[in-house]
Amino acid sequence: MMFYADDDLLLLSGIQHFSFCRRQWALIYIEQQWEENLLTFGGRELHERVDDPFFTEARGTVLVTRSLPIVSYKLGLYGMADVVEFHRSEDGVQLKNRPGRWIPYPVEYKYGKPKPDDRDIVQLCAQGICLEEMFQTSISGGDMFYGRIRRRQRVDFDDGLRQRVMELALEMHRLFNEGVSPLPQETIACKSCSLVEICLPHMSKRRSVRRYFDDALRELE
Amino acid sequence: MRKLLNVLYVTSPEAYLAKDGENVLVLVGEETKLRIPVHNLEGIVCFGYTGASPALMHLCAERNVALSFHSESGRFLARVTGRVSGNVLLRRRQYRIADSPEESLQFAKGFIFGKVYNCRCVLQRFLRVHGDKGAFQDVQDAVKFLSLQLQKVVNCQNIDILRGIEGESARSYYGVFDNLILNEKKVFQFTGRSKRPPLDPTNALLSFLYTLLAHDCFSAFETVGLDPQVGFLHKERPGRPSLALDLMEELRPYLVDRLTLSIINNRQVDAKNFIVKESGGVIMNEEMRKVIIASWQRRKQEEVMHPYLGEKIAIGLIPYAQAMLLARHLRGDLDAYPPFLMK
Repeated sequence: MMFYADDDLLLLSGIQHFSFCRRQWALIYIEQQWEENLLTFGGRELHERVDDPFFTEARGTVLVTRSLPIVSYKLGLYGMADVVEFHRSEDGVQLKNRPGRWIPYPVEYKYGKPKPDDRDIVQLCAQGICLEEMFQTSISGGDMFYGRIRRRQRVDFDDGLRQRVMELALEMHRLFNEGVSPLPQETIACKSCSLVEICLPHMSKRRSVRRYFDDALRELE
Repeated sequence: MRKLLNVLYVTSPEAYLAKDGENVLVLVGEETKLRIPVHNLEGIVCFGYTGASPALMHLCAERNVALSFHSESGRFLARVTGRVSGNVLLRRRQYRIADSPEESLQFAKGFIFGKVYNCRCVLQRFLRVHGDKGAFQDVQDAVKFLSLQLQKVVNCQNIDILRGIEGESARSYYGVFDNLILNEKKVFQFTGRSKRPPLDPTNALLSFLYTLLAHDCFSAFETVGLDPQVGFLHKERPGRPSLALDLMEELRPYLVDRLTLSIINNRQVDAKNFIVKESGGVIMNEEMRKVIIASWQRRKQEEVMHPYLGEKIAIGLIPYAQAMLLARHLRGDLDAYPPFLMK
């Protein structure tokens, strides 16, 4: 098993962009481009309410903490978990500042609604893998909370999902090291992408520039 | 393509810029002359000794609004910048290419091809509209000459030869430019390009509009994450925005020269707004600058079919579109840099 060095860690939240579209991820993390649209603005609003590192709340057998810094050297990803619950359990782990034993349980907050693809659940599962590595335990699943439907949905961290997260993380590191953004591939998803004005996916079908010059010269005659 | 946001031009020297919440305020004395939400702005360009509060500079840097200060004549003085942004790998590729004469030449050829092509188009369009009023043999000859120069640009293998072709083309173009001025020939007679200082009102108009264009080209490169100071055609010199100047070559005829001609030929200018200084240098007053800026702003809102992208974009977005295409070629997405060729 290989472990990444501190300097090589990538942002965990990028995994959702990466699974949605590699070029979108590359534009944000390699090209450092970011265009705000309504969706990302809404997301930020929601997170401003959720983010509060000084917040820890005990509700009987559940401890709720917000903005928890997390890392996995196995995945090479680091970031911040919106909300992590700790469920009191005999099988749990010890926490630095609390008596008793607890099982970590990640909850990821999203502004929109459940997605047709796995971009949100891979992010949640990556958080779970970070928590497992940090607390030396195993975690069976977590919850997605969607702002649009205001409901939580359970996600099991099965082997297939874990495998997918490992592969995505490996691929993110490979592309980041190459430093070259993949070319766009226009799909229906481009319509809802906040970076479409920067990406210009339809441009990949444009004619060659050599021919553009040739056409201009021919018109002169 | 990105929506065209407004650039605020502040021309009164007594104005002061301040921040109020999410708004940019233009104050004159105690009075608020203008209040505009910062998200409606892409840039603020100040002429004269206009001041700005640190809080406003903070807001502009945070929201990527290009805030720059210029002398009354339009000479660039300073700008407010935030952190270095964009893709460092892309900038390094830009530097490597700038260091390689062979690779730089390919970009330089694109800019000069665009320049000569567009100069030719300005002349040809004039002939189409006014050709019947006189023979304009000189202009027709210049069109032919520029067509031949284009072939030479394509076949050129050396940057110094390319600069030579550019020089000959510019002489031919500016040599007949006076024919294109149809009103108040006495006042606006054009006898050749003069810059420091402009020696006649037409040159004063051109110089001022080139300054506005340079600002937009500079911001465009910053937006796409390239270094506006490292060019492929213009040699580097501290303080010189070489890449912005490179891009301006192809854009001057379409964006500035044509506008200058229409401002003069539509009688939007008044000779009394130009002052000739003892040195022969011509300066225009604030009223004239306001008229020009208003025309520039109106023109930028108009739409045009982009010849390479094949989609309609606001004219004000052309510098941005070209900067984006240049970055595309640097990254290897395009086989060459496609200059903006006017129709």
